Amino acid sequence: MDIETGYSDEVTKGFLTWSIIWGLVAVLVGVLISFQLIFPQLNFPPFLTYGRLRPIHTNAAIFGWGIGSFMAMFYYITQRLTRSPIWSPGLARFQLWLFNLVIILAAVTLAMGFNQSKEYAELEWPVDILVVILWVIFAVNIFMTIMKRKEEQMYISLWYIIATLVGVAVLYLVNNASIPVSLSKSYSAFAGANDANVQWWYGHNAVAMVLTTPPLAIFYYFFPKTTGVPIYSHRMGIIAFWSLIFMYLWTGAHHLLWTPVPDWVQTLAMAFSLVLIAPSWASVFNGYFSMNGQWHQMRENFLVKFFIFGITFYGLQTLQGPAQAVRTFSAFIHYTDWVPGHVHMGALGWVSLILFAGIYYLVPRLYHTQLYSVKLANAHFWLAVIGQLIYSISMWIAGVQQAAMLHAVNPDGSLHYSFMETLTELYPYWHMRAGGGVIYLVSLFIFIFNIIKTVQSGSAGAAPVRATGAA
Amino acid sequence: MLNLLEKKPILLLLAAVVVIMIGTTVTMIAPFKWINDPSLKIAGVKPYTPLQLEGRDIYIREGCNNCHTQTVRPLVADVARYAPGSTDGYSKVGEFVYDQPHLWGSRRTGPDLARIGGKYPDAWHNKHMEEPRSMVPKSNMPAYAFLKQPLDTSLTEKKMKALGFPYTPAELEAVKGKTEMDAMVAYLQKLGNDIPWRKAAAAAPLVGELKNPSAGNAAAVTDGKKLYEENCAQCHGADLKGDIGVALAELTKPEAELFSTVYQGMERLGMPAFGDALGKEKIWKVITYISSRKGQK
Repeated sequence: MDIETGYSDEVTKGFLTWSIIWGLVAVLVGVLISFQLIFPQLNFPPFLTYGRLRPIHTNAAIFGWGIGSFMAMFYYITQRLTRSPIWSPGLARFQLWLFNLVIILAAVTLAMGFNQSKEYAELEWPVDILVVILWVIFAVNIFMTIMKRKEEQMYISLWYIIATLVGVAVLYLVNNASIPVSLSKSYSAFAGANDANVQWWYGHNAVAMVLTTPPLAIFYYFFPKTTGVPIYSHRMGIIAFWSLIFMYLWTGAHHLLWTPVPDWVQTLAMAFSLVLIAPSWASVFNGYFSMNGQWHQMRENFLVKFFIFGITFYGLQTLQGPAQAVRTFSAFIHYTDWVPGHVHMGALGWVSLILFAGIYYLVPRLYHTQLYSVKLANAHFWLAVIGQLIYSISMWIAGVQQAAMLHAVNPDGSLHYSFMETLTELYPYWHMRAGGGVIYLVSLFIFIFNIIKTVQSGSAGAAPVRATGAA
Repeated sequence: MLNLLEKKPILLLLAAVVVIMIGTTVTMIAPFKWINDPSLKIAGVKPYTPLQLEGRDIYIREGCNNCHTQTVRPLVADVARYAPGSTDGYSKVGEFVYDQPHLWGSRRTGPDLARIGGKYPDAWHNKHMEEPRSMVPKSNMPAYAFLKQPLDTSLTEKKMKALGFPYTPAELEAVKGKTEMDAMVAYLQKLGNDIPWRKAAAAAPLVGELKNPSAGNAAAVTDGKKLYEENCAQCHGADLKGDIGVALAELTKPEAELFSTVYQGMERLGMPAFGDALGKEKIWKVITYISSRKGQK
């Protein structure tokens, strides 16, 4: 516990360290599987094939890097916004151990082929139970801290945190319902089209409750802290919050357009996806308008770039997403590389840029020092953005080209291209994508080096130097 | 009201739950009443046999669903590619009632497999799984030769019971001694093979005059040779002397009959239909090439 502030930040440091490690694993595996798609010889069966590694990539990214960072930052933010220490630092420490145990178990079991097969819910039931325990511990600790708060008014970040805590719980419990056969094998409790509908209710709302509300909580806290000016409109934030968590839950079936799921469920999903542009862009505008008279900070404060680009990618993501949710467009690009292009703009652009920003903000303050190198942070930023854009843009073009080829028919009604003719056209784009991934990996190494150097300077310094503007 | 919520965390939490549950109730819970309705059942669709179920579990274990989908959409190109010859061969809800979990997937790095059953003979699948590029030269699928290991059958009965599928002691006994590859192929051969789409497709006559437009055309022979090597040689041999497929060099069928076999396939012999993968023009070129080879002996 920090004597000066009364807050306990050790667990935040722990979660940050491990989330960065898991983030590196996610990108390393991502780069490997991107090469596997080009060179099938790079598959090493049985454990290291594309089919087993891809879930490790997504789980490490979403749960290791994403949730790990959110846990770190939620503990930090909640203490500051409630002006109270963590309800139980001991429980939080236990949570860090359990978190790492779960992620290691996830990687090992997935490599062994223990897999429920549902996307982003691949882990088998014993690991699921550990995840539930982990989440309950986290939720109780955060919520009790809020209950015992010294600040009556709850700032908007706390709203998003509370929504995340309950939202993830509901989604996870329902979609992982299964019939166990052994410790390593279970069958889904739902069948066929029902199972698909439950899965994508879960899948798309994992995007809402894991990849939208937590980064927004982080954005709403760290962005004003960084710029030194308050958020433009609290009221717009409130309206956006309630409409966002209301509308998201209707949209899961846009992953199932043209499938046997009932048409009316698909149509509702399509309609709500379009309406969802409004609350998403309310947050984007809240970010932009906060910069009124402050745009010079884009030049002067390296961190502001991360936030503004991050929220901009969020805005682009929430325009592209609804477009894809329209039946006619979905018919064209669904099942092609367009979709990984879309997903990675959100993951590498929006979520990761916001997390990088939060980490750059936190680490010097947690270790009572200054950032080792702003220049390196800038290099990290530009390489990350370039790598991500190469990835997404090459995949969008690949997706459109393959879609056009797959849908091409001859005058007599027969198909113009065989499936393999469309696949071989993708190889050049897959090379570009792998290149983009390598650039992103390099940016990540620069980031990690910068953070390690910063932490070292913090622990080496005899007299701690107070960072300016520390909360 | 909103001001109150900002000061009452329990109230905020409850309000958030209520708001989340509205969309959840309408789009996730309510559809249970419509989906898998008994009236949507398809008579031919039967539960998985012990061997097929074990194959399906290997499909899940290997994460095949990361690259292969199992839903044919009611779109012209989807039906033409994955349910060739049919007009309503797209996926229906009744096909999936025994699928726990569903394996619809989200990305077609490889082709959709909902109608793969019966398309190729077992021998094709065995070779293709062992080394995909031996059958499809430019494929990027990983090789699954290791599936030739013995199948673990210790849980088979428990699995059948867990899903409530009927089975006989003979079926359980038959699974013993099989390889994982056998199970996988048994599963793939079931996919889409128990629904009536193929019968309807086979009944559809090939319309138009079956006359080779490229007969005797030297350029067509060259094109045809290339197409043959890419699409046919894997089963019929580069020298046309046959392997999995029949020896074409010895075939005496007239060109028109050969054309309709290539176009529509021949389920009895495990010959897949190439009509929608290649189209009429390319198939005629292949036929021209085959005819030219017969002359040479």
